Amino acid sequence: MWKKALSAALLATGLAASPAAWAEAPAPYQITPELVAAAKAEGKVVFYTATDVAVAEKLAEHFKSKYPGIAVQVERAGSERVFQRIGQEYSTGIYNADVIETSDAVHFEYFKRQGWLEPMVPQEVADKWPADERDPDGNFAAYRAHLSVIAYRTDLMKDADAPKTWEDLLDPRFKDKMVKAHPGYSGTVMTSTFVLSQLLGWDYFEKLGKQNIMQVQSSTEPPKKLAQGERALEVDGNEYNVFRLIDEGKPIKIVYPDEGTPLAVGNAAVLKQAPNPNAAKLFYAFLFSLDAQQLNSDFGGLRSFHPDVKEKADRTPLSKIKILHSDPEKLEPEIPTIKANYEKYFGT
Amino acid sequence: MTSDIQVQALPVQGRRRSIDISWPTFALLTLVLSVLVLLPLFWLVYYSFRSDTGAGATFANYIALVADPTLLRAYGLAIGMALAVGVLACLIATPMAWLVARTDLPGRRTIRMLVTASFVTPPFLGAIAYEILAAPNSGIVNIMYRSVFGLEASEYLVNIYTFSGLVFAIACFTFPYVFTLVANALDKVPSDLEDASSILGGKSMTTLRKVTIPLVLPAMLAGTLIAILQALTMFGSPAILALPAGFHVITTKIWSLFQFPPRLGLAAAAALPLLIITVILLRAQKSILGRKGYTVLGGKSGTPRITELGPWKWPAIAFVFCVLSLTIILPYLAIIKTAFTGTVGDPINLSTLTLSHWRFVLFEFSATQLALRNTFLLGFLTATAVTAIALIVSYLVIRRSVPGSGFLGVLATAPVAIPGIVLGVGLFLSYANPTFQLYGTIWILLIAFMTIELPAGYQQMSSAFSGVHPELEEAGRIVGASRLRTLWDITAPLLRTSVVAAWCFVFVGTIRELSATILLTTANTKLVSVIIYDLNESGDLGAICVLGIILLAASFAVVFIANRVPVLGGSQMNTRG
Repeated sequence: MWKKALSAALLATGLAASPAAWAEAPAPYQITPELVAAAKAEGKVVFYTATDVAVAEKLAEHFKSKYPGIAVQVERAGSERVFQRIGQEYSTGIYNADVIETSDAVHFEYFKRQGWLEPMVPQEVADKWPADERDPDGNFAAYRAHLSVIAYRTDLMKDADAPKTWEDLLDPRFKDKMVKAHPGYSGTVMTSTFVLSQLLGWDYFEKLGKQNIMQVQSSTEPPKKLAQGERALEVDGNEYNVFRLIDEGKPIKIVYPDEGTPLAVGNAAVLKQAPNPNAAKLFYAFLFSLDAQQLNSDFGGLRSFHPDVKEKADRTPLSKIKILHSDPEKLEPEIPTIKANYEKYFGT
Repeated sequence: MTSDIQVQALPVQGRRRSIDISWPTFALLTLVLSVLVLLPLFWLVYYSFRSDTGAGATFANYIALVADPTLLRAYGLAIGMALAVGVLACLIATPMAWLVARTDLPGRRTIRMLVTASFVTPPFLGAIAYEILAAPNSGIVNIMYRSVFGLEASEYLVNIYTFSGLVFAIACFTFPYVFTLVANALDKVPSDLEDASSILGGKSMTTLRKVTIPLVLPAMLAGTLIAILQALTMFGSPAILALPAGFHVITTKIWSLFQFPPRLGLAAAAALPLLIITVILLRAQKSILGRKGYTVLGGKSGTPRITELGPWKWPAIAFVFCVLSLTIILPYLAIIKTAFTGTVGDPINLSTLTLSHWRFVLFEFSATQLALRNTFLLGFLTATAVTAIALIVSYLVIRRSVPGSGFLGVLATAPVAIPGIVLGVGLFLSYANPTFQLYGTIWILLIAFMTIELPAGYQQMSSAFSGVHPELEEAGRIVGASRLRTLWDITAPLLRTSVVAAWCFVFVGTIRELSATILLTTANTKLVSVIIYDLNESGDLGAICVLGIILLAASFAVVFIANRVPVLGGSQMNTRG
């Protein structure tokens, strides 16, 4: 969309001759002692994130131990809330955030269109990231990814009874047993609702809505409701939260349904109006470092696009899972429909 | 004491040299209060006629209001919920107030104190406590029920994620309004009327039915109306309990309209009926109270008559204990339990006890310190500013020192009709623009809290003022002190108990506010109530309970200290709603 608008503008002004200046990302940068010193002088970086608060705080702690003297203010909310907050703040001229990260890829297309992002490419991203997982203009890159998974409590549900497909969830035996997050709050669920409505149609959700599902907000919450024993089965929720709970010894198992599992990509970017530009640049590079990505994988259970990250052996590698990809450009115009239909079928 | 003050007041420079500042004060206060109250309402109305897509003036928002079934349903459910809460709160509170005020029930003082504790508890924290207690599967009550009766995992006794569960959870934390009003009214019912009834041969039940209840009926109705209003305009509890159950009430629906891209015009239009309903309910309350106001005028013509419960003592104790368990004891135990164990479903034993939530909140979670600081700073600022304004306004109104001062009283009471979420929308529209740039600072929150708390502060101060005879002030004026000097040297010290009580009242009210706050905070102006709400949306109950305990302990400490500081004079916290 950006490209369409841009080329239209360029044509209109007769500047189409120099599109290369726009389409090219800035030269990659490395973490230099000068950058670290400048970041230390600012002393602080503000990180708006949609990653689970415990994971995000762990990452912040690691950053602080690596670069002492720079505080990290972690502002965690659901992707759609982060988006709402930055929208409210920017429309009223408040520039609090340095680095932003959500799990809804649509947001970054929007930020880019608005011109809110400062293009920059850390060396690590330039060297290691697949071309699909970063913005060609260098505005943002995929900092993390995770699946939205079905999962169940093995002590409350026998393996044989567990669902194998999305259609299985419509079975009456799962009535009153399920918990689900909300697309109006969670970028992950917005993405998965879009992908599944394309794959299975809205009548699937209409039937699912009759299963008396417990409705929570964040996609971090269904796994926690499983851990509490409040429900036996989650319709959607972050795979990484489930990994973390399994690591803690909770009796939970993941189902990768035959039709496929939706993937949510969490992009990160530095804001143009960042109050602490150097600390933001340093933190941004840190986010993509092998250290941070490995920590995200080990402690956070997140998937990484860094090819050198080693996943724990008990996790099913992405290559063995049928993945449902979402196209943010197609998703964006559907958002009002998704919200309206969702309210119609699920009540909120 | 007063003579000391008069002696001090004597050497004050002659009257001619000091200017009477009543007029400037009056003008300034009128301006401040008008801006506080009228500006947000103006923008609310203005935006409700604006199109969200920038297409200029429109009625589309009002058409959507009647045509959109999701909005109508949200309104219907909210009204139903509020009425049910009012009735339930009245049914719980009235017998309890009678038992505490007019019988020989043991431990009456303690009971009143515990009800006060229930009042200090923020309703959203109560709702979270009930998630822990009464969620259908992981709720502690249901786990115990299943293990006692050996039932299957799918059986449950109570489910808080239902309409009735929501009504119950809200009633638990709004009944103190009814209780306090009715108990106070019962304290004041002159016993000679009841004596007359007995002398004429009325049995105690007849006296209760024909004399006592009609006399406290206005207080019951007033308390019930307050409970209804509280429930109707509440945001936290429905957001926590109704959304999982799959329905919106109007406050949560308005909140959802702020999701990006925000539909501010529709939000403004959806908020206005809430304002109108509130005004109608308050008018109803006023007309009921106005007609039957004689109870208040009765005065004390003897100690209240105490009914001996006799054999009914034990059922009465059981009833009161049951109510207190549901509203105080169980929720608090649940919060403490969750703060110290791994997850909600864990049983309590040595292996599940952990301080990990405390470590997380105190050392890892970066929002904690900022939120605590903001919360208490705003609590102090709001309480101090509101008490000061309320003191001066009620002085001007009660003593009628300036013509037209009655208008100030109306302005100071008006915000009572503005529900928190409506005010939140209005303030956002007024001050979140490049002209003011107050959004994102604590000042917009201070304005919100001052507006919300002003009626309560004003009500307390003005009733306290009417108890001080003007002759003491006149004495001060005769010996040459200015009006303000008299106010500070004579009236204020006489009122200090009420001032401290009003201050505490406003402080506690600020700390438990969520419905306006939720729309007005940003990353740098986080409050504890908002981070509790955020954490609830991601399911971190352990961390919430830790924050809740910190918040409650700090509020109790502030109230306790405010009441013990020698300069302020020892007083008891007044919990009038």
